[in-house]
Amino acid sequence: MRRLVAALVSVGLLVAGCSESSTGSGGTPTGSSAPGTGVTGTVTVFAAASLTESFTRIGKDFEAANPGVKVTFNFAGSSALAQQITQGAPVDVFASAAPANMQQVADAVSPTAFARNKLEIAVPQGNPGKVAGLKDFADAGKKIALCAEQVPCGAAAKKVFTAAGITAAPDTLEQDVKAALTKVRLGEVDAALVYRTDVKAAGASVEGIEFPEADKAVNDYPIAALKKAPNAKGAKAFVDYVLSDKGKSVLADAGFAAA
Amino acid sequence: MPPVLVVPAVLGLAFLVVPLIGLLAKAPWSTLPQRLTSPEVLDALELSLVCATLATVLCVLMGVPLAWVLARGDIPGRGFIRALVTVPLVLPPVVGGAALLFALGRRGPVGQVLDDWFGVSLPFTTAGVVVAEAFVAMPFLVISVEGALRAADPRFEEAAATLGASRWYAFRRVTLPSVAPGVVAGTVLCWARALGEFGATITFAGNFPEKTTTMPLAVYLALETDPEAAIVLSVVLLAVSVAVLASLRERWIGG
Repeated sequence: MRRLVAALVSVGLLVAGCSESSTGSGGTPTGSSAPGTGVTGTVTVFAAASLTESFTRIGKDFEAANPGVKVTFNFAGSSALAQQITQGAPVDVFASAAPANMQQVADAVSPTAFARNKLEIAVPQGNPGKVAGLKDFADAGKKIALCAEQVPCGAAAKKVFTAAGITAAPDTLEQDVKAALTKVRLGEVDAALVYRTDVKAAGASVEGIEFPEADKAVNDYPIAALKKAPNAKGAKAFVDYVLSDKGKSVLADAGFAAA
Repeated sequence: MPPVLVVPAVLGLAFLVVPLIGLLAKAPWSTLPQRLTSPEVLDALELSLVCATLATVLCVLMGVPLAWVLARGDIPGRGFIRALVTVPLVLPPVVGGAALLFALGRRGPVGQVLDDWFGVSLPFTTAGVVVAEAFVAMPFLVISVEGALRAADPRFEEAAATLGASRWYAFRRVTLPSVAPGVVAGTVLCWARALGEFGATITFAGNFPEKTTTMPLAVYLALETDPEAAIVLSVVLLAVSVAVLASLRERWIGG
């Protein structure tokens, strides 16, 4: 027991030491290479699950460009994030996968579209379910994952099926696009409808199949700082960074189209 | 009573009770009967009750013998086995769901056999919900029954044995009746835990209305689209929980 307490105390000291040194370096003017945005502290960003890879990368770049600043992310389904923000979560920036979820957040300051995405069929490597196209989603014999309708990828999927005149027979409605993608990666489903950026991010474990109806449901991604942002300066700087050429090139690398 | 103890005690009580009052205060009482009889609520409720009950049956069939082995069996490494049994109790349910997926999923070692030999695939099915709930709930039953068995006097079993009863006969006619209250309490706890299961269920069994969307999943989903419906579902679950506690009153609350 005493050893446990000692271990806990030493971990606590370690953490305290770390945070002290990091705030210390941010406060002192040693960061001479900083571009003088005057941003400090932590920037809290709530972002759609489909932005996981690109925003993590942008967050790292942003931290490198602003020494002493820390960006923390909460990636989840846009509807869950909108709900959390409405309930008063302390957030600086919200990036949604669809305007509808941004509109739920009354606190958003002039949302700006920053990227575009469309759906693609994701199948496990080797396509064990022999999925050829969108019509296979109506096959009750195949295991299918879709996003729930309240998240943007689910809303887009609904549009796509309506456009194609297909009644989908999903086996599960997932809470965000990454959850649907995971089921494909694990081989638990034969196919899922996810964003093309997710197929790209998943690498070799997932194969993508494009289909023409995807153009009927192109998602615009809006980003906004929040009125009650605890770190207003940081929020604005992060939004500006995403909208800058540097941010755009990361998003383009991930497979997003320009808004 | 010293205020050093009373003040935190009152705070502690308030901490536990205030959220429930908040829930009840927000409940749309006037439209409650209508909402309770809406097909979505009834489907989720029926699915929840059926799955929790099946999971409990599964837990009793496997858990009572397991508890007996732990309490009476003369086996090596008993402490280690008991620790293994308790793991799902302390494991975050989401981790349990992921573990189930890796073992019983289509590409898991057990799941593959089930699929190849019997054409059975558990994820995204109601059977998958039952499995996830049983996994999380069984330790409650085992611990409760084992405790009762340890407290029971083994001399009755020995007496039965000297009178010619087989161990199986003695287990049925002597041991089980003497630990019946413990079995009942364990069963009720197990059922309540299964009813409230969320993390393992959504991870392993996914989410689809009438197949795998149980009450806790429905509450979570409704919070995003229709918070009032979420409150109604929550009130139902709260009522069920209170009913379970009331049924155990004698044992724990009556004091």
